[in-house]
Amino acid sequence: MKKYTYTEKKDTRSGFGAGLHEAGKRNENVVALCADLVGSLKMDAFIKDFPERFTQVGIAEANMIGIAAGMTIGGKIPFTGTFANFSTGRVYDQIRQSVAYSNKNVKICASHAGLTLGEDGATHQILEDIGLMKMLPGMVVINPCDYNQTKAATIAIAEYEGPVYLRFGRPVIPVFTDPDQKFEIGKAWMVNEGKDVTIIATGHMVWKAIEAGEKLAELGIDAEIINIHTIKPLDDEAILKSVKKTGCVVTCEEHNKFGGLGESVARLLTTELPTPQEFVATNDTFGESGTPDQLMSKYGLDAVNIVEAAQKVIGRKK
Amino acid sequence: MKHTIKELEDIASQIRRDIVRMVHGCQSGHPGASLGCTDFFTALYFEVMNYKTDFTMEGAGEDLFFLSNGHISPVWYSTLAHAGFFDKSELATFRKLDSRLQGHPTTHEHLPGIRIASGSLGQGLSVAIGAALAKRLNGDKSYVFALLGDGELQEGQNWEAAMFAPFNKVDHLIASVDYNGQQIDGPTSKVLALDDLQAKFEAFGWHVINTDGNDMQAIVEGLHYAKTLTGKGKPILNLMSTQMGAGVDYMMGTHKWHGTAPNDEQLAAALAQLPETLGDY
Repeated sequence: MKKYTYTEKKDTRSGFGAGLHEAGKRNENVVALCADLVGSLKMDAFIKDFPERFTQVGIAEANMIGIAAGMTIGGKIPFTGTFANFSTGRVYDQIRQSVAYSNKNVKICASHAGLTLGEDGATHQILEDIGLMKMLPGMVVINPCDYNQTKAATIAIAEYEGPVYLRFGRPVIPVFTDPDQKFEIGKAWMVNEGKDVTIIATGHMVWKAIEAGEKLAELGIDAEIINIHTIKPLDDEAILKSVKKTGCVVTCEEHNKFGGLGESVARLLTTELPTPQEFVATNDTFGESGTPDQLMSKYGLDAVNIVEAAQKVIGRKK
Repeated sequence: MKHTIKELEDIASQIRRDIVRMVHGCQSGHPGASLGCTDFFTALYFEVMNYKTDFTMEGAGEDLFFLSNGHISPVWYSTLAHAGFFDKSELATFRKLDSRLQGHPTTHEHLPGIRIASGSLGQGLSVAIGAALAKRLNGDKSYVFALLGDGELQEGQNWEAAMFAPFNKVDHLIASVDYNGQQIDGPTSKVLALDDLQAKFEAFGWHVINTDGNDMQAIVEGLHYAKTLTGKGKPILNLMSTQMGAGVDYMMGTHKWHGTAPNDEQLAAALAQLPETLGDY
């Protein structure tokens, strides 16, 4: 198992804030909008340096999406910022008609996704957003795994023409990816090469997959770990290549197993290469109040759950 | 004036013919408010707006128009065709398979003149505000026009947008409301009353004017007047009274023709009231 270390922990939303600032420096057409959550979205640096390119819309997310769609017509590249719940479910029809169907170059940037939002509870902990967004024709869906990857993804989507959903989170987690990485939309990252089981993880679950990989190594299991940061378009080639080698797969996501990354992988494998698969994901449930660690443990999203799923799926291999 | 009032009225007559023929041709669509807004569209595209028919999405330096109540697409399609955005023969494809003239307007089929999809109601004012903000950032002083249905003002997003625009001094925006008092389930006064729209928009900080949307002279003058009010820190709302079905006697004064197509006999009766002025498609 390849050794991953970290010297600091940071939140992925701060990676977004840093990426937005950098994208703003690189391209004067990058503009930002926020629905009364500037501090939570870490947009301060962008606003300080480009105040005229920032629009505060107040607590009015539907209006924000519509305004963003309209701004693209004047050649702007709008980044909208609010919590994942209010970025998706609350404004689904606005995104569907004014952004996706109209093919507008809007970047829907969503913080506080998943259970790790913590104490605010289920009203704010959306676990359905990946499903909602990946079903929209033409929508790119990205869920990066740490500060550096989120920053790189934010810069990359500014250079991509078309609607994008970028999902990130609140808690501080290890920073373990290359700070100078080139983020390629739709291209999986091979975290660790192995031969016994493929572990496919996205977002906060990637570090947990690494922890699980270390535990599996102690048990004599050689896990291949793949980071799928882009859930749509899915890197079919990387997944199929790995699964051909290992013969089984575990998918890991901080999301409902209905409609998430796991289902995208299952759809691919069912069509191309039927393979035993286990899902580490929430199971058709809302979240609740608690600390992020407590919640990830209670809802089965810890390294130990990945280890168990890997052992189980290996047992299902013919 | 680019045209005389008589010339504009002649254009409107042809557009009204097109509307009833298009809706009859596919036996679906929304003739009522399309007819009611025909004078507005004619005034806007043949007298008031500055634009190029060599269409670009950005429309830099051009006036832009956004239709929020997308179901009145027939009037927009016919207007765009006669204005030169595409050949009028394409009007025959309205709502048919493989057409660029979808039931509700869309950019998806790349029809020149359309910059956003609309149909699901209540979204157009926000989009128009966004386009106006982009123009402001670009130092582009041209105007952004929008048309909203009155019934669609029941959608909450309009009021988010209505609150936003004055606070942010979006003052090159002229939004018109098609105030015909009708919606699918009946008069707006019975479904969910709009009451005093002028007072409501003024309370939000808009400069409100009132026009008769079925009097060509009045609507042309009203829109020109609206332009003189821009640039003073307030968005402009043109509260435009119209008759649903205007120009076809049996379609007027009722919500019945909101989304109903005429049969052969009814088509003939409608066309008998609408002189062919520019040639049918």
